[in-house]
Amino acid sequence: MTRVALTGNGAVALALKQVEPDVMAAYPITPQTEIAQNYAQYVADGAVKTEYIAVESEHSAMSSAIGAAAAGARTVTATSSQGFALMWEMLYIAASLRLPITMPVITRALSGPINIHCDHSDSMGGRDSGWIQLYGEDAQEGYDNAIQAFRIAEHMDVRLPVMTMIDGFIISGAIGPLETVADEDVKNFVGEYQALNPLLNVEQPVTVGAFDSLGGWYFEHKVAQNRAMENAMGVIEEVGAEYGVLTGRDYAHFKTHEIEDAEVVLIAIGSAAGNVKSVVDQLRANGKKVGMMKVRTLRPFPYLQIAEALSGARAIGVMDRADSFGAQGGPLYLEVRSAMLEAQSRPQIFNFIYGLGGRDIFPNDIESAVETLERAAAGEKVSPTRHYLNVREG
Amino acid sequence: MAKPKEIAERPERLTGGHRLCAGCGAPIAVRQIMSVCPGPAVVSVATGCLEVSTTIYPYSAWRDSMIHSAFENAAATISGVETAYRSLHKQGKIREDMYFVAFGGDGGTYDIGLQALSGAVERGHNFVYVCYDNGAYMNTGFQRSSATPCGAWTTTSPVGKEAAGKQQNRKDLAQILVAHDIPYVATASPHNFKDMMNKAEKAFTTPGPAFLNVISPCPRGWRTPSDQSVALAKEAVQSCYWPLYEVEYGKYKINYKPREGKKTPVADWMKKQGRFAHLFKPGNEQLLEDIQDYIDRKWEELLKKEECL
Repeated sequence: MTRVALTGNGAVALALKQVEPDVMAAYPITPQTEIAQNYAQYVADGAVKTEYIAVESEHSAMSSAIGAAAAGARTVTATSSQGFALMWEMLYIAASLRLPITMPVITRALSGPINIHCDHSDSMGGRDSGWIQLYGEDAQEGYDNAIQAFRIAEHMDVRLPVMTMIDGFIISGAIGPLETVADEDVKNFVGEYQALNPLLNVEQPVTVGAFDSLGGWYFEHKVAQNRAMENAMGVIEEVGAEYGVLTGRDYAHFKTHEIEDAEVVLIAIGSAAGNVKSVVDQLRANGKKVGMMKVRTLRPFPYLQIAEALSGARAIGVMDRADSFGAQGGPLYLEVRSAMLEAQSRPQIFNFIYGLGGRDIFPNDIESAVETLERAAAGEKVSPTRHYLNVREG
Repeated sequence: MAKPKEIAERPERLTGGHRLCAGCGAPIAVRQIMSVCPGPAVVSVATGCLEVSTTIYPYSAWRDSMIHSAFENAAATISGVETAYRSLHKQGKIREDMYFVAFGGDGGTYDIGLQALSGAVERGHNFVYVCYDNGAYMNTGFQRSSATPCGAWTTTSPVGKEAAGKQQNRKDLAQILVAHDIPYVATASPHNFKDMMNKAEKAFTTPGPAFLNVISPCPRGWRTPSDQSVALAKEAVQSCYWPLYEVEYGKYKINYKPREGKKTPVADWMKKQGRFAHLFKPGNEQLLEDIQDYIDRKWEELLKKEECL
C-alpha cells in the first residue's frame, strides 16, 4: 500500500490504468476532462495495452463502448453533466444489452442556465437507466469504487454496467491523500475478463440488439434485467468485503455513524457526507443525540437494510444535491421515504435540498437542518415541503 | 474480383426469410456487398427497415455477427467493435482476419447519423459504411430526409396549394465523405451488380474507412410496382440522377457515362414514380426544368472533377 497525493480525477484515472481495460472511449467535458487526458497520456506512453477511442461526442462514447463491450472487450468511459445527458439514450441500451461497461461520473449540474459546478442532477437523471450506481465521498472512495465496479459489473449473476460517482471539482479537482493498491493486486482482484457471447467469436456469430416488439420477449427481458439488479445487491456486498480483506477498506451499501441511540439522523450522498459527519461529531460533543448515514449504493437501492437501520430514529433529514421538479422532494428523499414504509416504526422524514450548481454548504447550514429535525422530534409541526439550505431568499 | 458465377455459389450471408418488402433495394445491396466480403464480418445496422426486418427476435437473417444499438450511431457502434478487435488482436486473443461494416438508411446516415459517421471516418477506423439511400424515412412511413429529391412527395413534404412536394435539393453525401479525405468513396446501384461488388471488394480491402452510397428503390415510398425496382435504379443512373463514380485516395473515376445524346431526361424516370405524379400536372413546368438543370449542373461538375482530380 502506497500513500500518494492526487486529485480525485487523478485517482480515478489511476484506478482505470491499473485495471488496464481493452478499450477506453472518452470525450472531454468539465470536470471529467482530466480523466480523458490522463488516460490518453497513459496510452501515448505505452503504459497500458488499452486502445483509446477519442470520440466526437459522448453519444458516440457510449455507442462505441457498447460496440466494444459487445465485441468482447473490457470497456470503460467517463463523463459529466451534459455529456451524461447526451449519453442518456445509450445508457438504457448498454444496460438492456447486459454489457458490463464501467463509467466514472464526475457529477456536475445540468444546464440551464449553464453551470459547470457540482450537483447530482446528471447522475440522478440516470438512476432508472438500468445502471448500478455507486457514490463515493472522496478520492479514495472514487478510486476504490472504480476498481470494484469491474468485479460487480462482470459478475455472471449481474452483467450490468456500473457507474461510480465522485463530486465535480470538490473532489475531482482537489488534491488529497490516496492509499493506492499495488498494480498486481488490482489485476488479481479484477481477474481476467470473461466475455459472454461476443460478436468477435467467428465460430459462433451472434445477433445483438434484435427487434423485440409485440409478440416478442421485451417484457420478460425487462424482468430479467431487474432480477440482475436484485442479484447485484448481494454481489456489491461480497465484492466490498473482499476488497476490505485486500485493502483494509471494506465497503457496504451505506455507512452509519453515531446512529444507535440517535433521535435525529441526517442522510447524505457524495462529498457532503464528510461535512455532515464533522457536524454530527461536534453536536455529539454537546450531548445531542444526532447520527448520520452515508449512502453508497443508489441502484440497486438497499431499501430493506436502510429501513432497518433507521427505524429507531424520530426524525430523519434526507439531503439531496439534486431536485426532482414537481415531485414530493429530491430523488434520495423519495427513495428513503418510500423505504421507511418497511420500517418497524415510522419516523418523520424531511428533505433538505442543498448545493445546486456548486453552492457551498457550511456547518451552520447542516446545524440548521438538525435543529429543524429536533423541533419535529419534539412534537412541533414542521412543514413537509422541501427545505433549502443556503439559498438566497426573494 | 472472382467470377460472378463463383460468387453466386458462395453461401448466403443474409438468408432468405427476412421480412423486407418485395422489391426493396436494401437486401439486394446487402447480399451483393457481403458476397465479396473476404472473411468473417461484424455488421452494425442503424435502426430502420433493414434492422427491424432482419432481426425479429428470436430470429436473425444474419450469418455474420450483427449489432444494432440505436438509430444515429451505426458508425460509432462499429468503431467500438473495430477498436475491440484491434485491442484483442494485438493481445493475441483473436487470430482471424475480420471485417467491419455498417449499414444505414439515408435517414440514419445523411441526417441523424451524420455526426457519428463523420467522427468514425475521421478517426480512421478500418471499416466500410454503406448507406442504402431510398430517399426518405421509409420505415416510419415516408417522411422527408435530406436525401429526398426536390419535388418528391413525402408525408412531411406533402403536396398542397402552397407546396409541390419537397422544396429543396438533396444533400450530396458522397462529396461530404470525399471532403473527409478517406481512402475510398463510391456510389453504386443494385442494377449493376458487377460494379457494386467490385467497389465493395475495394472498400473491404482498402485499409482505413470506406464509404459506399447505394441507391435503394423503395416500392412503398416511391409509389412504384415492386417488380420495377432494379429497372428504376438503372434509369436513375442513365439519367445521371445517380451517377456511378468512385474516389480512390482523392482520384475521381466515373464508372458509367451515357453515350453522346443518350443521357435520359430525369422527368422520364420521375414520371414512373407516384411520388412525383403531382409534378406532371400543369403549372409545374418550371420546377421540372429546375430539377433537370440541377442534375445537369451536378453532372458537369462531376465530369470536371474527374478531368482535374
